[in-house]
Amino acid sequence: MKVIYKLGNDISTDHIYPGRYMATVLPTETPQYAFADIPELNKLLNEGDKSEPRVIVAGNNFGTGSSREQAVSTLVGHNLIIVARNFARIFFQNSINLGLKTVTCPDIEAEVGDDLELGEDYLLNKTTGKKFSIIAIPPARRAIVEAGGLIAYTRKLLVEERS
Amino acid sequence: MGQTLVQKILAKATGQNYVEIGDVVEPQVSLAMSHENAALVINQFKQIFEGLDFPLKVWDPTKIAIIFDHRVPAESRKTATNQKLVRAFVAEQGIEKFHDIRGDQGGICHQILPENGYVLPGSVVVGTDSHTTTHGALGAFAFGIGATEMASVWALGRVLNVEVPETIKVVFKGKLPKGVYAKDLILHLIGKLTNQGANFKVLEYTGEVIENMDTSGRLVLSNMAVEAGATAGIIAPDKETIRYLREVANYQGEIELIAADPDAKYCDVIEIDTSNLEPQVAAPHHVDNVKNISEVEGLEVHQVVIGSCTNGRIDDLKEAYEIIKGKKVAKTTRMLVFPASYRIYNEALEKGYIAEFVKAGAVVMNPGCGPCLGIHQGALGDGERAFSTTNRNFKGRMGNPESEVFLGSPAAAAATAIYGRITDPRKLMEE
Repeated sequence: MKVIYKLGNDISTDHIYPGRYMATVLPTETPQYAFADIPELNKLLNEGDKSEPRVIVAGNNFGTGSSREQAVSTLVGHNLIIVARNFARIFFQNSINLGLKTVTCPDIEAEVGDDLELGEDYLLNKTTGKKFSIIAIPPARRAIVEAGGLIAYTRKLLVEERS
Repeated sequence: MGQTLVQKILAKATGQNYVEIGDVVEPQVSLAMSHENAALVINQFKQIFEGLDFPLKVWDPTKIAIIFDHRVPAESRKTATNQKLVRAFVAEQGIEKFHDIRGDQGGICHQILPENGYVLPGSVVVGTDSHTTTHGALGAFAFGIGATEMASVWALGRVLNVEVPETIKVVFKGKLPKGVYAKDLILHLIGKLTNQGANFKVLEYTGEVIENMDTSGRLVLSNMAVEAGATAGIIAPDKETIRYLREVANYQGEIELIAADPDAKYCDVIEIDTSNLEPQVAAPHHVDNVKNISEVEGLEVHQVVIGSCTNGRIDDLKEAYEIIKGKKVAKTTRMLVFPASYRIYNEALEKGYIAEFVKAGAVVMNPGCGPCLGIHQGALGDGERAFSTTNRNFKGRMGNPESEVFLGSPAAAAATAIYGRITDPRKLMEE
């Protein structure tokens, strides 16, 4: 999986999905506004090939700010994997719920164009040959991911509990 | 081992005597709040039920609150149509705690909830808004969630996948000097903690400053807990909480006080002596870029914003009123005031604050989120600078990535409006 863009620390939900597009809510419609105020990145995403997962690498506190779920659905729509040193809580939980692949990798070193390989407990930068450890989601919190997202998981519980 | 306030609340909400920090639990929800993004929650809620034989019904319509505040009155066809869709759902499901765009009951969700007595100490409150932390001021465990998570709550009545968080104890001691308010305390704390210093953790505010602070100020501290990354910002309920619930919120039911055990385990304790604090500001473009106001005094300001879920309460308007009465807003500056609820708006009308703001040259807007999140009303021009009592100064927050937002108290904002430059409010208090 290729790194297509690199971002710094504290990328907020306003960077990812500016407030002025919040009236657009449907996951099918949000991807066009991803990083709307970073026109170069917005163009890269909207015009690029979405068939293979693409990686954005970021620093600390990715997704800080609002609870707006558009900030996650917009990235899901572009088939992105976000590798960051760490994530803000609500964004992180929304990612689990919506099936956005996030990788918490505190020591990540990667540049645009690098080829990454994701293992169970490591991230390998195949371009530089450097291997980094990642912080996995605690086992007790994996049920949602394993069910295929929160909608599927809630459906399952609803059926179990109301039958 | 003793438990923190949040451990105790989560134990109660899961029918246990004890929960350990790090446990993954599914607490029952006492109140589930949404605003306009209820439109997305409804969309996700319908997806959960798709193809199932169950009737499309929320778990408990009395525990759901929906308040229109982010884009009121609607700024676009899309918003207006979403609001229409939400109204229909509210009627169909029998949701009673619904606050539409009305002069007799509307306002910002984080003011509507407390002032109507919807939030009780010891309860679990979730909201599809990051500033849901506000309600920790009344001793609830209140935190922000996404729309899909809310749809799941509407279906099941509980939040799935909650990790019992660690708590940082913050002790505010000393006196509050003149011109220094709850806003200055929280900005100072965020500056110390950084914007991710409390990520996945809870802030519990204690100390004599908190004991002497009324609920209005406490709401400011809890509101901005999320700006340090915190899951929640909580204050142990006390006699002030009871006073607020009885006298302001007109809540007549039972109130259960709850406190942390004396031997509760905190991951950190931060002590702050407030006696020598000067007014604080957060400079662009991060809330933790906190400075003493003296470091940025004199910077030209094109727009002053007073209001929001952080500082749009009657005390905030009073602070601003006392500074601006009899004076004029600088010719080079626009001053926008938006009270946090219609109840506050009406009180400010009765007390003459609104008339004085208008006379000074300010524009008083309808209660709502207004310019805070840059959707409609009060966007900034390229290269312009705002001084605002709101809670975020992210790049582009006020509708334009080519502008700057400074955050501070209502008193500092009013003083700044008069001179058109960032001004220490204490100068106007000594006159």
